[in-house]
Amino acid sequence: MIDGPPDSGLSSTEALSAFLRRRTEQIAQRWADLPLFQAVFTVTRDEAVEACQAVLSCLVEVAESGRLEDLEAPGFLPARRQLVAMTASRSRSGLSIAQVDREFGVLRDAVLDMLAADSSGAAPEESARLRLLLVTLFGTLRVVVVETMLQENQEIVQRQRQQLLEMATPVVKLWDRLVAVPLIGMLDSARSQVVMENLLEAIVEHNADIAILDITGVPTVDSLVAQHLMKTVASARLMGAECVISGIRPAIAQTMVQLGLDLGHVTTRATLADALEWALERRRRRERDSRIPE
Amino acid sequence: MIPERERVELVHLPIREDTDLTVIRHQVRSLARLAGFGLVQQTKLVTAASELARNTLLHGGGGEAEIRVLDGPDGPGLRVVFTDSGPGIPDVERALQDGFSTANGLGMGLGGSKRLVQEFRIENPPEGGARVTIASWSASFPARYGV
Ligand SMILES: Nc1ncnc2c1ncn2[C@@H]1O[C@H](COP(=O)(O)OP(=O)(O)OP(=O)(O)O)[C@@H](O)[C@H]1O
Ligand SMILES: [Mg+2]
Repeated sequence: MIDGPPDSGLSSTEALSAFLRRRTEQIAQRWADLPLFQAVFTVTRDEAVEACQAVLSCLVEVAESGRLEDLEAPGFLPARRQLVAMTASRSRSGLSIAQVDREFGVLRDAVLDMLAADSSGAAPEESARLRLLLVTLFGTLRVVVVETMLQENQEIVQRQRQQLLEMATPVVKLWDRLVAVPLIGMLDSARSQVVMENLLEAIVEHNADIAILDITGVPTVDSLVAQHLMKTVASARLMGAECVISGIRPAIAQTMVQLGLDLGHVTTRATLADALEWALERRRRRERDSRIPE
Repeated sequence: MIPERERVELVHLPIREDTDLTVIRHQVRSLARLAGFGLVQQTKLVTAASELARNTLLHGGGGEAEIRVLDGPDGPGLRVVFTDSGPGIPDVERALQDGFSTANGLGMGLGGSKRLVQEFRIENPPEGGARVTIASWSASFPARYGV
């Protein structure tokens, strides 16, 4: 804790929080006119003032806790949601993270001006100390803002990745009780999990007895991919469906043989069309056989 | 012996998570294509790199890949070195055996990669960890051992 001058009876951070509290109304009024708040709160000015007050009350709390440089200070927590909404709105208007950061930087200047006016009678040392604390506090706020934006971006990327995963592995019903999965992209562990789940669900839903896994769109088949494929085939078999793997391109076939990968007793066909023909032929034969009494 | 003149074209790639493997596969493929590798050769080298990068991540706890474009007397080629600071590979012969895995894998990665490339070396450097080096050339130049 930084000690205040002996005569004030207040520590510097207490003086800072006292100043912010005393001036909340005026600061909020000033901030509400800045481009940042004006651009985000377009409906009424009161809305902007209210948001300013909310951010300020968080800053007061951080100042009171004395943790001006602490990104994790609990005081910042209630501000995060407000900040997420504001930064998201600015991003949607096409501003970069750096531009938004600059807009938040301007908030500090309004407060510094007011501090200068306020402490015209105070000891120069005391007001210098308050300025320093104020600069520190707003510096931390800016980092919190940037962090919030980065986090938000990361969540969007994560969400899109998940959507892409599911989009890229559709199971299609080709024929009565016959489903196919055209696999596209690398079958890493996350992907193959999704593929497996989607396929098993589709097998149940369509009461499928044959499933075609087409790997024409899979660029590399290494031992892990092969293992995933075999696991998928084995679980489909447990559900009563037989799998055919199609689309093993010549370069991949050669590589698999040299790598020592053997898809075991899984039926394979060169193309999806071949696999389909195999499936239909098999179906025909089974039906014919069941009609002829032994 | 003729010292191999190598053009310095070096790419360092981190291996910290699954997505890094994708980057390595892409880089190896596009550099191999640039070096004139045919589709089968590209696929073999990329597949070996994929195996070794995954070993670096899985068994070595992460590390890095260093891809070097070669342009020596053997013609254009690619060398990839995988290093990590994990436990190393104490029994190389055993690790190379098909079907040997300490991680419930197929145990085909190391032995298989060796068959897919022209140069293959496993080392346990004194500073710890494992170092696996592979290289292939886009054309075989018998000229090196020449007339
Ligand atoms: N970088 C490494 N550091 C330490 N141990 C390794 C490393 N690479 C391989 N090993 C050891 O060698 C064994 C064989 O490796 P290999 O790649 O052949 O099989 P795997 O990774 O277990 O399974 P997969 O067939 O899926 O690759 C591993 O199980 C591991 O014990
Ligand atoms: Mg392996």
